[in-house]
Amino acid sequence: MSLTVDDVNKIAYLARLGIDTQDTESYAKDLSGILDLVTQMSTVNTDNIAPMAHPLDQAQRLRTDQVSEVNNRDSFQAIAPQVEAGLYLVPKVLD
Amino acid sequence: MHNKTIAQLAKGLQAGDYSSQELTESYLGRIKQHQALNSFITVTEHQAIAASKQADAMLAAGDAPFLTGVPIAHKDIFCTQGVKTSCGSKMLDNFIAPYNATVVEKLNDAGVVSLGKLNMDEFAMGSSNETSFYGSVQNPWASNTVPGGSSGGSAAAVAARLIPGATGTDTGGSIRQPAALCGITGLKPTYGRVSRFGMIAYASSLDQGGPMTQTAEDAALMLQAMAGFDPKDSTSVDREVPDYTTNLNDSLVGLKIGLPKEFFDEALNSEMAAAIETAIKEYKKMGAEIVEVSMPNLKLAIPAYYVIAPAECSANLSRMDGVRYGYRCENPADLNDLYIRSRGEAFGTEVKRRILVGTYALSEGYYDAYYIKAQKIRRLISDDFNKALEQVDVIMGPVSPAPAFGIGEKTDDPIEMYLADIYTIAINLAGLPAMSIPAGFIDNKPVGLQIIGNYFDEAKLLNVAHQYQQVTGWHQQTPKGFE
Repeated sequence: MSLTVDDVNKIAYLARLGIDTQDTESYAKDLSGILDLVTQMSTVNTDNIAPMAHPLDQAQRLRTDQVSEVNNRDSFQAIAPQVEAGLYLVPKVLD
Repeated sequence: MHNKTIAQLAKGLQAGDYSSQELTESYLGRIKQHQALNSFITVTEHQAIAASKQADAMLAAGDAPFLTGVPIAHKDIFCTQGVKTSCGSKMLDNFIAPYNATVVEKLNDAGVVSLGKLNMDEFAMGSSNETSFYGSVQNPWASNTVPGGSSGGSAAAVAARLIPGATGTDTGGSIRQPAALCGITGLKPTYGRVSRFGMIAYASSLDQGGPMTQTAEDAALMLQAMAGFDPKDSTSVDREVPDYTTNLNDSLVGLKIGLPKEFFDEALNSEMAAAIETAIKEYKKMGAEIVEVSMPNLKLAIPAYYVIAPAECSANLSRMDGVRYGYRCENPADLNDLYIRSRGEAFGTEVKRRILVGTYALSEGYYDAYYIKAQKIRRLISDDFNKALEQVDVIMGPVSPAPAFGIGEKTDDPIEMYLADIYTIAINLAGLPAMSIPAGFIDNKPVGLQIIGNYFDEAKLLNVAHQYQQVTGWHQQTPKGFE
């Protein structure tokens, strides 16, 4: 399994992850190596095996539909990069 | 004083032999004296002294919980209210946690005094502590070797006796492997036993917090405080916590120990194999029986892990976007630029590698071939363990194929580093509890013996570990320069 520099750039964009141009080749090489390792999984037949999501096969717990969270807006926004009037600020999205 | 165990210190504090403030100041002094180890990211000196005074008041008033006044420190993955919680990353270098992790809260309730936050691989991704934004940690046994990872700071600090115990987390071996490489005791509990709330997520279906200490008895005391159901963690298991100290002294006569033949193949360093065999002989002397078991799918553990863990990490780390907390790039041109540059500038190489692999594995057209396939393999591996544990009480083997390697020795080849986790990763996939205990030395570098048990059988593991520590002295060895 071999990934190209273009593949890496595509994946990096999907992950919204900046990669320096000079590093893309080395990521392509490392990722190809990891995928080669991972491909060993195909040596085993897993037809009729149920995928395992939780080690104890525990289902998601349900609780009564009641508000349990307290309002932490002030303490959470105190550590935000940019806030104004209780809102998180980001660059303009709509013109 | 610093060679005392948590059990001894707690007793001494309750008896009034010394105060928590004296203890706290003494350990803070050692942390300062041995800064070169780089085991701490943050030392919370003032808060620690204040907490120790409070502990002394509680001790004087009587009826204080058993761990009152005992100094410990937390891996920097656990959120600590009002204290920087970096997770070893530039991304969270400015992050002051707004609340406590449940583990932190529970240990506080048990009376401990936290001295600070311990170094670790960035977002717990690494086996050597070399991916930390704050630099690598020295192994106290040989300063040019790694302490293991990702809980490398925890292991080094306990080994150097800078603290009597620490918290750690284990996603693929991150408690057990550094415990082995630094010659201390580490316990990864059953998945769901210890709350993950406030423990920064790497791979949510594998992550589990646990204690790192000198002895099994201390691990029992810390686990007692850490374990239990937490409604704030959706995968926490609602099950009673037994008294972990009750069975420590049970006899091991008739104990059935399974040795998986796949653990002792050519990948294992021959001196390591010999050291593990010597430890097993000690168990035979105590009356244990040895049974050969088989893990036919063990070789698939690393491939499956390197799909599941990166897939989950790519989803978990998407919350680090430069908007609500953490690092934000300068002058973003638009929202995409804000995301891309904030994440690109603040994540290190290993974290980026795993995000990329996970994003690829979860992308359209590849999901079944990678993620679902890996989850099916995960069941096969889990079935192997369950079958073996029908025949035996515990499974034993090495923790790592060789003792501590040199700093910088494996950084160029990520895959070589991944392969060294072969004996620990499978246990996380199965969700079983496992320990690493000190079991000798190779060229003055510690060796760890791994003990794997059945689901929620931590008390049995601790009993098996404690009995070994009654007849051996490996866990009492202190590295040169730290006596």
